[in-house]
Amino acid sequence: MNDSPIRRPDERAGLLLRELYHRHGYQGYRMSKFEPYDLYARNKSFLVSENILTFTDTDGRLMALKPDVTLSIIKNAQPSGQALEKVYYHENVYRTSPAAAGYREIMQTGLECIGALDLAAMGEVLALAAESLALLSGEYLLDLGHVGLVSALLAEQAGLEEAVRAGLLAELGRKNAPAIRSLCAQAGLEHSLAEKLCRLSQLYGPPAQVLPQLEELAECREAQAALEELEGLCRILERLDLLERVRLDFSIVNDMRYYNGVIFRGYLPGLASGVLAGGRYDNLLRRMGKAGGAIGFAVYLDQLERLDQGSDYDVDVLLLYSLQDDPAAVAERTRALMAEGKSVRAERTAPPRLRYRELVRFSEGGPA
Amino acid sequence: MMELLNIALPKGRLGEKVYARFKAAGYPCPSIEEENRKLIFENEEAGVRYFWVKPSDVAIYVERGAADIGVAGKDILLEYEPDVYELADLGLGKCRMCVAAKKDFRDRMDRVLRVATKFPHIAGGYYATLSREIDIIHLNGSIEIAPILGLSDVIVDIVETGKTLLENDLEPKETIVPISARLIANKVGYKFKHEQITELCRRMEALSEKG
Repeated sequence: MNDSPIRRPDERAGLLLRELYHRHGYQGYRMSKFEPYDLYARNKSFLVSENILTFTDTDGRLMALKPDVTLSIIKNAQPSGQALEKVYYHENVYRTSPAAAGYREIMQTGLECIGALDLAAMGEVLALAAESLALLSGEYLLDLGHVGLVSALLAEQAGLEEAVRAGLLAELGRKNAPAIRSLCAQAGLEHSLAEKLCRLSQLYGPPAQVLPQLEELAECREAQAALEELEGLCRILERLDLLERVRLDFSIVNDMRYYNGVIFRGYLPGLASGVLAGGRYDNLLRRMGKAGGAIGFAVYLDQLERLDQGSDYDVDVLLLYSLQDDPAAVAERTRALMAEGKSVRAERTAPPRLRYRELVRFSEGGPA
Repeated sequence: MMELLNIALPKGRLGEKVYARFKAAGYPCPSIEEENRKLIFENEEAGVRYFWVKPSDVAIYVERGAADIGVAGKDILLEYEPDVYELADLGLGKCRMCVAAKKDFRDRMDRVLRVATKFPHIAGGYYATLSREIDIIHLNGSIEIAPILGLSDVIVDIVETGKTLLENDLEPKETIVPISARLIANKVGYKFKHEQITELCRRMEALSEKG
């Protein structure tokens, strides 16, 4: 990522990613910065953070700076018959995060695939997620989970209270096995369910290692179907040589009112939180009155800044001249140094905070 | 060479016990045992780098990835809800989060309850489950004097032996949740240093079971 010092890693990545999606036949999607607040208010729990930056439009309508791209795309999606709608985007979103006080602008690049999904289309999106990460770092990890498997396990227990269910999912997300056990005991759930959930929470590793262990956990039909889907996707990734950096992890749980199938997260070494998040969200589509399936992901480009080591110097050469020197000759000398591939700053005195590799005094020679 | 595992330890008495547990589990660091004022200690042989931080900051170091793993009280995890994995209950530093009040305290249900605490999130959540309207007074220390001076009706605080309460003429009235030290991990560090962390976790748990 050091082809040009002025091109920031997030900008460079944004270009590379869009090129990748474009080559896979996805269409660019440009949207308005604002949407009516209503759209987000109705789907608040789909959003990463529930805080929304609002303002009143000239006609008195309450508008929002978009906190999310997916909702806008789905709102406008018109999948027809068997044909899929494949789009990519590169947009700013406005969110709060628990770590930072106040709103932040986050640049996101991502894609959505909407319509009558099949395994091939899902495999394509997953492969693109892996390839997106590979563009950012050779040492990425792509975690893959399945909401269907978790919900099938929870469905084994009839009449599970909503609060208990939410508690179990939260502890699954923390990989907190003791808490899962004690929650199950408190709620009087079957011991076998507690043990299955605990085992699921602790599973983490390459598919070849984890898939066989899942066989024992997936007893009911829904769980079997979820497992088969995972196996199918892994076969696709294997064929494309993209399986090596995939890990199965069932602690990725999202709101099941929106997500239903595979769910995935991408990580890069050196960054404390994920840079890619995606999954299948047919339920959201249904909530918005549309048929079919949808899968997509977003890459959070704002994080990439942290990957950039940057240069230790502001400029390569500081060229010092004086008022006695011929200005045209100074300009010429600057161009000559630049022609050597260096960045040059011409000044009469050295700026106090400027860090330069090399000091050149105009008076001390060089081409006349 | 394997990358070192960064471990955030809570400064203070609990931290000493926690380090002793790590040492027993096969992760000693001789330099940490010397009397000095350094904050960071490495032992390349055992593959660990320890550092002492304020107990309430451990979760921040881990959540933001400056530490791969750390040990934090359940009280801190409940109060700040950091986005981390909670891998094991070490069974150390056991105590409980309690509501305490003066011994002769009479709870007037027809009034807003004034609650002094260092843990506004936990206290707020607890009274929300009871649908009780409260006025939270966020203090940073010496919580016990709040009811004595009439600043609050009750306090929500950690109770270990109850001795401090007793000496101030207070007593625990209700237990909100038991507290103990937990082994937590950064979610990304867990993935990139998976083998190291699960091995450490396994050894620590084996020791916890022995007690």
